[in-house]
Amino acid sequence: MAKRIRVLLAKLGLDSHTIGVTVIAKALRDAGMEVIYSGLKQTPEMVVRTAIQEDVDVVGLSSLSAAHMSHFSRVLELLRAEGASDKLVLGGGVIPERDAEKLRAMGVAAVFTMGATTTEIIEFIERWWTQREAQ
Amino acid sequence: MSERARDAAARLRAGDTAALARAIRWLEDGDALGASVLREVAGAPERAWRIGVTGPAGAGKSTLVDALITELRRRGQRVGVLAVDPSSPFSGGALLGDRLRMQRHTLDPGVFIRSMATRGRMGGLASATHGAAILVDAAGFDVVLIETVGVGQDELDVAELAHTTVVVSVPGLGDEVQALKAGLFEVADVHALNKADLPGADSAERNLRALLDLETQRREGEPRWAPPLVRTVAARGDGVPALLDACDAHRVHLAASGEGERRAATRAEQLFYALLREQAPQRLLARATDLDRTIAALRAGEIDAFAAAEAVLAGGGLPAL
Ligand SMILES: Nc1nc2c(ncn2[C@@H]2O[C@H](COP(=O)(O)OP(=O)(O)OP(=O)(O)O)[C@@H](O)[C@H]2O)c(=O)[nH]1
Ligand SMILES: [Mg+2]
Repeated sequence: MAKRIRVLLAKLGLDSHTIGVTVIAKALRDAGMEVIYSGLKQTPEMVVRTAIQEDVDVVGLSSLSAAHMSHFSRVLELLRAEGASDKLVLGGGVIPERDAEKLRAMGVAAVFTMGATTTEIIEFIERWWTQREAQ
Repeated sequence: MSERARDAAARLRAGDTAALARAIRWLEDGDALGASVLREVAGAPERAWRIGVTGPAGAGKSTLVDALITELRRRGQRVGVLAVDPSSPFSGGALLGDRLRMQRHTLDPGVFIRSMATRGRMGGLASATHGAAILVDAAGFDVVLIETVGVGQDELDVAELAHTTVVVSVPGLGDEVQALKAGLFEVADVHALNKADLPGADSAERNLRALLDLETQRREGEPRWAPPLVRTVAARGDGVPALLDACDAHRVHLAASGEGERRAATRAEQLFYALLREQAPQRLLARATDLDRTIAALRAGEIDAFAAAEAVLAGGGLPAL
C-alpha cells in the first residue's frame, strides 16, 4: 500500500470565509493527498490536537484576522511541546509581507497569500515530501 | 524494528494518543511496523465495545456519531472514533469530512477521533480499519464508534467488525428500497430513523416497521433479537439516549444468548481470510522465482496466463515450455 500525504486544513480565529479553503482542499485531493478539513473557529489547541490524532504530515493554517501572529506562534509552540514539530506548517490568508517574514522566522515553512495558486502549494508540499522521504 | 514496535505498543497501551495515531498510520501505509504493533497487542482479550454506524450518504451518520459521543461521555465512557470516507478513484486522494461534525469533542481527552480513507478498498471500510479498532481498544477506550462511508450496495463489512451495527435511514421516498437493495436490513442490529424532524417521518417509520416484521420472520430460529427502531434528530441529540439504550440492550443480548461468542468466532475466521486475501498476492509474487522470465514468456505468447499463474501458485518458477 502506497504512503499518502495527509494534510490538515484549519481556519484559525473568527473569520468565516470557507471558499478559499474548499478550493485548496479539492486541489490537494486531486493531487492525491488525504485532506482533513477541521472547520471554522479553530483554536491553536484544537488544531494541534487534531493534527496529532489524525497524524497528518502537513498543517495548513489560514487566518484573515489580525490575530494571526499570536495564533500561528501558539500552534508552533504547542507542536513543539507535543514533540510533533516534524510536521510541515504552512500559512495562508491575507497576511502582509512584513508579517509573513516574521512567520517564516518563527518556523512556518511558507506563507501563501491571496495571489498564490494551488499548483504552487501542491508543488511546495510535494518537494518537501520527496526530500523527507529520501532521508 | 521489533524494538520500535514494542516501544510503540507500550506507549499506546499507556494511552499515548500520538503513538496510537502513528500506529494506525503504519497500518494504513502498509508499513511492517504496523503489523508488529498489532502482534504486540493482539492476544489481549477484547475489551472495547464496537458500534458500527452505517447508512446512505448524507443520512446523518457523522452527526449521530457526534451525538453518541456526547451521550457516551455523559455515561462515563471513553470513546474512540474511526470515521471512514471514500478515496477518489481518480487521484487516490480523499476529502475526509466526517470529523467536521464532531469538532466539539476535539479537546476532550476522553475522546479520540481518526479519519480514514478507503484507499481503494470496497466494503465501506478501509483495509486498516479492523486493525485500527484493535489498537484503539488496546489504548484503553471503552467504546469504538466506526462510521462507514455512505453505503450504496454491498458495503457491509462493518457488520464483520462491529459488535452492534446501527443502520441509519432517513425519511424520503424510495429510501427503504435502497436500504433493501443494499442488504442493510440483514446487518442491522438497531435501526435509527434519523432526521425524524423532516416531513414524511411517520410514513417512513410505518414502512420500516413493516419491513422489520419481515426481517424478524426471516431470522426465525436464531437467538431472539428483533432489531428495534429508534427515531432520532441527530442534529439536536433527540432520541440519542434511547438509541444508545437500544444498543446496550443488544450488547446484553449478545452476552446472554451466546450469540456474541458465535459472532466472535465468525469474526475471527473472517479476519483470517481478509488478512490472507490482502497479503497473499504480494507474498506469493515476492516468493515466485523467475517471475521476470515467466512474464516475458507470457507476453511473447510462449505460455498462456493459466499456465503462468498455476506455476506461481504452485510455488515454482517458469513452467516447462
Ligand atoms: N433535518 C435534519 N438534518 C440533519 C439531521 N442529522 C443530520 N442532519 C444534516 O444532514 C447533513 C448530513 O449530515 P452528516 O452527518 O454529514 O451525514 P453523513 O451520513 O455522515 O454523510 P456522509 O459521511 O457524507 O455519508 C448535514 O447537513 C446535517 O446537518 C437531523 O436529524 N435532522
Ligand atoms: Mg459522515
